[in-house]
Amino acid sequence: MNDIGWSGLALSLLFVLVAIVLSLWKRLGLERSIAWAAARAAAQLIAIGLLLRVLLEPGVSILWAWLWVAVMIVIASLTVRSRAPEVPGLLRLALLAFGCSAALTLGVLFGLGVFELNVRTLIPLAGLMVGNSLAATVLVGRRLVEELRDKRDEVEARLALGQPAHEAAQPYVRAALRTALIPQIETTKAVGLVVLPGAMTGLILAGVSPLDAVLVQASVMYLVLGSVATTTTVVALGVQRRLFTPDHRLLPIRSAPSGR
Amino acid sequence: MPSEGVTVVVGPSGSGKSTLLRCCNRLEVPTDGRVLFRGDDVAGLDPLRLRRRVGMVFQRPTPFPSTVRDNFRVAEPSITELAASRVLEQVGLEPGFLDRFATELSGGEAQRICLARTLATGPEVVLMDEVTSSVDPVQRAGLEDLARSLSSRGVAVLWVTHDLAQMRRIADHVLVVIDGRIAHASSIVALEADATPSVRSFLTEAI
Repeated sequence: MNDIGWSGLALSLLFVLVAIVLSLWKRLGLERSIAWAAARAAAQLIAIGLLLRVLLEPGVSILWAWLWVAVMIVIASLTVRSRAPEVPGLLRLALLAFGCSAALTLGVLFGLGVFELNVRTLIPLAGLMVGNSLAATVLVGRRLVEELRDKRDEVEARLALGQPAHEAAQPYVRAALRTALIPQIETTKAVGLVVLPGAMTGLILAGVSPLDAVLVQASVMYLVLGSVATTTTVVALGVQRRLFTPDHRLLPIRSAPSGR
Repeated sequence: MPSEGVTVVVGPSGSGKSTLLRCCNRLEVPTDGRVLFRGDDVAGLDPLRLRRRVGMVFQRPTPFPSTVRDNFRVAEPSITELAASRVLEQVGLEPGFLDRFATELSGGEAQRICLARTLATGPEVVLMDEVTSSVDPVQRAGLEDLARSLSSRGVAVLWVTHDLAQMRRIADHVLVVIDGRIAHASSIVALEADATPSVRSFLTEAI
């Protein structure tokens, strides 16, 4: 096992210093942000590490790990809402989306015995699931609202021809889902060639054999792909329901706040 | 509102002409009052079926990004080649248009395709919301002729415009909308004689 220790962490602060020096030299005005970001990252990670250490003590109930998962889902949903404020009802939708995704992905991983269910596996896997589907969840919501707003004439022309709301929305739902899913598919394709992903790198650094690390990584990639597909579908269908009335009218859609 | 002929809805911009039209096929719901269609409150009708009986063509052409044939299929999924060429003929276009890409047509052609698409559902009424505002004068005259010929084939036309010369060219009946209220309704012939002062001032000032 590699153990970098506190001195190792302190030395790696040199990298932060490089960034700060660059900011000062080129007058980017970012030195305070960089220092703040680095300090925050350290504090958050250390706090999480300490918490995990407590949870991983033998005899700790797995209920605490489930509680952790629930808190992650709530925080992720709040983040999704704050990044796409123009999407109506997004907090509830995101909660539902991550909930569905957790049920599906964790159900498969633990139900079929891919991983053994315990505190040590549950928290990181749920974290990977939530963390990696967050961006796509935001993207699908934003994109669908934008499509339905910008192509309102087209959508209403479909409705005026007697198409029910779900059919009239279909081309735009499809476009939004494709936009949200394609980056994840590309990442999945490029894995190993361009990027050595985090889970695998972490395991290798910690001394696990590369082949074992790769197997874990592959299953994590598939987990993320399934999760992204689930959360984006739930959000897309939810936004669609939200923007059309039961009598097949498209509601007025407010514009995105400018400056984002 | 008469159930046949061409009824032209005129009024200053922002007076509620388009909203009135959109209430007729339930793209919008009136905050107050009712819309009756052949004696039935439209609020009680199935909106999807209503919209096929009361078709609509919008101000800007709304071609769907695909072939003209696919556009017709949105209106009528099982449309035959024969029926498709027939609706094209009704809007004065050749059958060759079926394979053209709808979003690559000129404004006037696209607007005709949108009308043809609406006719594919076999509507009893067609709502036309300033459909000539984005086309050239030749296409405008063509669309006006189409409205007249539709009404002669028994399809009632409700035509919104702020162009009074256009109103005089095509109207059988006139509705004047001012500030969200119907200020006047009569045949085109009786328009001048029956107009109230506010309607009269709109009719003279708007020119």
